[in-house]
Formats: sequence, C-alpha cells, structure tokens
Amino acid sequence: MQQFHQTFFEESFEGLDIMENELLNLDVGNADSEVINTIFRSAHSIKGGSGTFGFTAVAEFTHVAETLLDEMRDGVRQVTQESVDILLKSVDVMRAMLTTLSDGGEMDVDNIASVQMELEQLLGTESNSSTTDEVSDSNNSDENSEGWLISFRPHVEMLRTGNDPVRMIYALTELGQVSTKADISDIPTFVDLNPEDSFLGWEITLKGDVKKEDIVEVFDWVEDECDLDIQPLINESKATTEETTTPEAVAAPSEIASKAKPTAAKKTAESASIRVGIDKVDEIINLVGELVITQSMLGQVGSEIGNADEHNSPYMEKLLEGLAQLERNTREIQESVMRIRMLPISFVFSRVPRLVHDLSSKLNKQVELVTTGENTELDKTVMEKIGDPMVHLVRNALDHGIETPDVRKAAGKSEMGTLSLNAYHKGGSIVIELSDDGAGINKERVLNKARSNGLVGENENLSDDAINDLIFHPGLSTAESLSDVSGRGVGMDVVRKNIKSLGGSVRVDSVEGKGATFTIQLPLTLAILDGQLVKVADETFIIPLVSIIESIQVKSANLSGIAGKAALYKLRDEYIPVIRAHNVFGMEDSNSSLEDRLMVVVEGDGAKAGIIVDDLLAQQQVVIKSLETNYKRVDGLSGATILGDGTVALILDISGVIDMFKTLSNSVPPSPVDPDGNGSDIAEKAA
Amino acid sequence: MASILAVDDSASMRQMVSFTLKGAGYDVTEAKDGQEALQIAKSNSYNLVITDINMPIMDGITLTKELRSLPAYKFTPILTLTTESSGEKKMAGKQAGATGWIVKPFNPDQLLATVKKVLG
Repeated sequence: MQQFHQTFFEESFEGLDIMENELLNLDVGNADSEVINTIFRSAHSIKGGSGTFGFTAVAEFTHVAETLLDEMRDGVRQVTQESVDILLKSVDVMRAMLTTLSDGGEMDVDNIASVQMELEQLLGTESNSSTTDEVSDSNNSDENSEGWLISFRPHVEMLRTGNDPVRMIYALTELGQVSTKADISDIPTFVDLNPEDSFLGWEITLKGDVKKEDIVEVFDWVEDECDLDIQPLINESKATTEETTTPEAVAAPSEIASKAKPTAAKKTAESASIRVGIDKVDEIINLVGELVITQSMLGQVGSEIGNADEHNSPYMEKLLEGLAQLERNTREIQESVMRIRMLPISFVFSRVPRLVHDLSSKLNKQVELVTTGENTELDKTVMEKIGDPMVHLVRNALDHGIETPDVRKAAGKSEMGTLSLNAYHKGGSIVIELSDDGAGINKERVLNKARSNGLVGENENLSDDAINDLIFHPGLSTAESLSDVSGRGVGMDVVRKNIKSLGGSVRVDSVEGKGATFTIQLPLTLAILDGQLVKVADETFIIPLVSIIESIQVKSANLSGIAGKAALYKLRDEYIPVIRAHNVFGMEDSNSSLEDRLMVVVEGDGAKAGIIVDDLLAQQQVVIKSLETNYKRVDGLSGATILGDGTVALILDISGVIDMFKTLSNSVPPSPVDPDGNGSDIAEKAA
Repeated sequence: MASILAVDDSASMRQMVSFTLKGAGYDVTEAKDGQEALQIAKSNSYNLVITDINMPIMDGITLTKELRSLPAYKFTPILTLTTESSGEKKMAGKQAGATGWIVKPFNPDQLLATVKKVLG
C-alpha cells in the first residue's frame, strides 16, 4: 500500500485546496448545490482514501465533516457562516494531519479534538449516524455445528443486476459441503419464457461448522432480490417464521440518487495531464542545459571552420546549415522543457482568499479581494519560494494598509477596502502587483523612526521613494502596536531578501491616504538567463540582461570625485557610482584611466551603478549552474555557466556586486568611494 | 484473463485497485469518471466494472444505469465502491442495476475476494 501514499497525499492536498476555495465561494444563505457537492466529493474522497490507506484518524475526523456536508447537500441543514467557518477550520485540521502523516512529526491532538467537538456540537445528536450499519439481525452470530438448510428463490429479475445464482452456490461450496435441489416448478411454457428472467429456486443443504452470518454475506447483494430462508439443520422447530429478507428503505433511495446526481463540473475542467516527479523534469532540464552547451560549442567550432574555409566547399555549407538547424531545435526543446515546469500563478493566488477571509474577520475590517492575471505562468521553483513573501505582503496590507470601516468612512472612502493582486509577463520576467486602497505609508512616521534608529541622518533629505523604500530596512516596523498578524519589524526586510535571492526585486509606491502598491519582479525561471558577456581583464563575466539599462563610453567630463576620493558619473541628471569590476574581483587593471572606457549601467535593488569593463562581447542565453551546488556561495556571483568554447564564465549578481562595492568602500550610499579603499588616486586621475 | 474496468476519480484509489487486480492477473483499464468509463466501455468489452459512486461529471449511479441500458452490459457484473455509512447508497446502486458493492475502506485481499465472488 505504501506506494500509493504519495499519490494519496498529493490528491488529498489538492482536494483540500478545492474544499477551501469552494467554501470561500459558498454564498451563505443561498448556497449553490453544485458547489456543496464539489466540497462533499473532495471530503468523501479523502475519507475513502485515508480509510483505505490506513490513516484511520484522518478518516474518522473527515467522516464528521463529511456528515455535516452531507446534510447540507441533502438540504437538511442550512448553510450558515458558522458552519462554513467550522468547515474551514476542519480543512486546516485535515491538512495538518495529512502533512504530519506525510512529513512526520507530532499530531496536534488537542486541536483535532476541539475542532471535532465543534463539528459534533453543530451536528447535534445525530453524530452517531456512522454506526447505523445494516448487516442486521441479532441472530447472525448463530452457530450451528451441523449445518444449514437454505431456501433460495431469486426473484424473476435478479439476473438483470448481473447477479448469477450459480456463483452464490459456488460461494457456499467454499463454506462447507453443499447439496442442492432445484425447484423448476415455476418455469413457464416455452412461449412465455423470457430468457432474461430467472425462474429457478433451490433448496440447499450446507453441511459443516458454518456461521450464519457467512451465509448471509454470500447473499448480501441480493437480499431484496430473492426470497431467502436459512434454517439450522437439526433444530427445525426453531424460528420457523423467521424472515431474513428484510428489504429496507426502498422509498428514499431514488429520490436521493436524483439529488446527488452532479451536473458537469465546469470549474474543475481537468485537462489531460500526467503526474511526473519533479526530479525527472529537473533531470531533463539539466540534460537540455548540457545539450545547449554542446550545441553552442559546435556552433562556435562550425563558424571558425567556416571562416577558415577558403574554398567554400559545399560540405561546409551543409554543415553550417545543419548547425543552424541544430541551434533552432535546441532552442525549441529548451523552451518546451522549461514550459513543463511552468505553472499558473493561481497556485499562489489561491492561498490569498482564505487569508483575507481569516484576517479581515480577525481585524474587523471589510476587504474585497480582486485578482487578475491568475493564468500568468512562472517556474515552479520560483512559485514555491514566492508564496511566503506574498503571504507576508497580504498580511501587511490588511494589517497596516487597509483601515477599519469607521476610519475609512471618516476619510470619505467606502467602508469596504480593496486588495488587488495582479500578475503579468514583462520581458523575461513576471511582475506581481499587490495593491490596497488603504492608508498608504505614513512617510513622516517612517522617517522619524528611521532617524531615531540612526538609519537616516538628522539633516539628510530623502526623496519620497527613498523614504518608502526604508520600510524594507531591517528593524523598522511602524505599526503603533504589535499584533500577531504582522509587525515585529522582521518582515519586510525578509521579504526583500527572499525575493532578491530569487533574482527578483520588490519596490513600493505609496500615496498617503490613497493606498500602496507593492511591485514584485521575478525571473520566469531560475534555470536559464539572457546574459551580456563582458570581458574584465582576461576573464569573461556575464551580466544578466534584465539588470542592464544601457552601456556607454565614459566621458571624463561627466566624472567627478566626491570628498576627494570617490568616482561618480553624471548620467544625464543623476549621479551614479562607478564600480571598477577589476577591483571588486581583485584583478589587475592595466589601464588606470577611466576615459573612453566602457561602462555598463546596471540597476539592482533600485540602486543604479556603472560597471567598468574592458569589452562587451556577445549577448546569449546561458544555462545557470549553481555555484552553491558545485562549489560554494560566492558574494557578487549568482552562478556560473559554460561557454561555447568550454570555458567557465561567472554570472554577476548585480545587487550583490553593488553591496560588495558599498562594503568595500565602507560608506553609506550615495557617497561611494573607490572599492579597495585606497582609490584616491583613481578619482584624481579620473578627474 | 478476465478484463476489468476500474472507475474512480481518486488517483490513489484507482492505482491501488488497478495494482491489486493486475497483480492477481486481471486485465485492468482505468477511468477517472463515469463519462470516461462509459466511452471506454462502449468501445471495449469487460467482464466486470468496478466504480466509485461520488465522482465529478458523471457519478457511479448514473454510469451503472447507462451501462445497464447497453445490450453488451446487460448482465455484466457491476460493483460499486461505497462507504459503510451510506446504506442508502448501496441501495441506490442496486436500484440502478449494480450487482453488488465493495465497502470502503477495503484492503487488497478483500477486493480480490469480492472480485472472485463475481468472476469465479
């Protein structure tokens, strides 16, 4: 059974997600029966599966929830907010139980018991309905060492349910010694004989030490499709009038069956799909990565040979053609493979309605959630890591952003606040916007807090954006009182850190009194990257194209030193620090002058900088090889790749490089000094 | 060997049923809901149909009724998978023409014993 557990857990978690979403969809007071049916079905499957796979605790708990749903489905019970809330709690309990079972750990027995109690209280006294089992008759356990005399007369239509009397008699032979006597008296004349009907009856003598209940079980399925009489062999006087065939509850079923009949489930439109372990997909992605490297190696060799070929041999042309096709095909394979791992962002968004539901009732706020772009796809690994930061931002928006109804009313806004989630593709990235129409960021309070914490100097003037950006600084929480919803000042910096570690960025735009918008930008995938190859001394580095704003040639007229030692470059109307890649990576720069050098203007974490390089080479898509896996984490580098000629090139982590530069120059931006700290000469030379 | 059509919307149940029956030498085809099962049943023939009751799109009761209306499945054994608490479901299945039922939860041995009961 073990081998089915993984599938069981996966589908149960999916089932729980469905339950949760549909419960939130449920219109209290005017519940859609199809929605209830969908919820019921999920619970029912979880119960059935957990019973089958030996998770009795889950089965027992789910049974109670299912009973409640069953009553709602049959219209016996009104759908109330209270019952929906308890069912949502039950979903949590079931999820926790299943998580414990699949990942190990301790069950929270108290919580399970208390939620189960709530369910049972709601159900009232009817909670014992599980014990109404109908394998009935107190006489069942009668034992008889001699044997039994069984009178078995199928009704005319018994064959039409696929039951065959012969099979039942065979089954009896397994219990003991059987002798039969057929009664053919009811067989009509040939003209009236319908070959699909049953006319025979049997007197069966079963000898041996057989329990009566075993015999009853043989006829279990046909008890209301036949006349059955089972008598002990020796004591024939006992219970002659006993009637074992007790047809039960015949009136109700047809009605219930028609009620339970589900209409086509549109929402769960299941596209044909297969379930594949992520490790298999990753392996393919890795192999395709190798293929891309081999292909670009071949391509490079091909073009070198092509250049050297003076005779323009026809084979050469064919070879180059083939190589071009190989490149196209490889590119397509790579794209298709990457798409396998892409999932719609709804996987993350779907967690939000529940969160909003719970938080808004906890905080006594009215919040409407609007989501758009749920079908925007992104890589599964990115998706898994963006969930927590998203949850944090939602909590933050509800706790600090959206005001209570009375405050909103006083401010002339509608009492119902709005939280919108939006996702869309932009270039090679996915952009997720989370905006609320709440109070926005109180700049004054942020600034005061930052000043009192010494993050910002007393006389320092910051732009609005810079002030808003301070909320991502560690140790800055502006909530007037700490709540358990958010706000111990450990949040936003972690959000930014997590997003940064995915190669993404987050920024906030806020208008006081109108609301705030958080914009998260993430790469679509962590496995490949469009990069600009640059030469620094003898090494090739790769700068991610997404971080590059432009590349320019340095004009010394625009260079200036600050405090006599740092180099700043005047780029149109702003000053950006100049970073010498050579210095950051400890390499010799043969040319100490900056005049006419190439500078790549990059942006990371909202900060701009110019990186001085020796040459700009090709732009190409590279497969990222993790440094952590193959070596160890290195500051300023996000990974490595293998180039067409087989050499390894390191990929720059722009935010990391800017951070390193800041640390090296040991000063708060935007007054950078030269990276290795002894660079006054550079600035002087440059000036 | 006898061929069996196993219908359940839960992948784990389907896998378990199918694995157990295949292990006993039966030829098993899987379907994830009544409608899919009906389509498959129409273009193939089976010695036994085992179906869950609660399924999306088409439930097991409807499937049973539909199958019974097909000449090829007039006498084919049809077993429903049902939970012990739903006595009325067993009867609903029977009324629709099911041969019998297998009570959930069941283990592979119980499943095989029940299948043997109808396939001999």
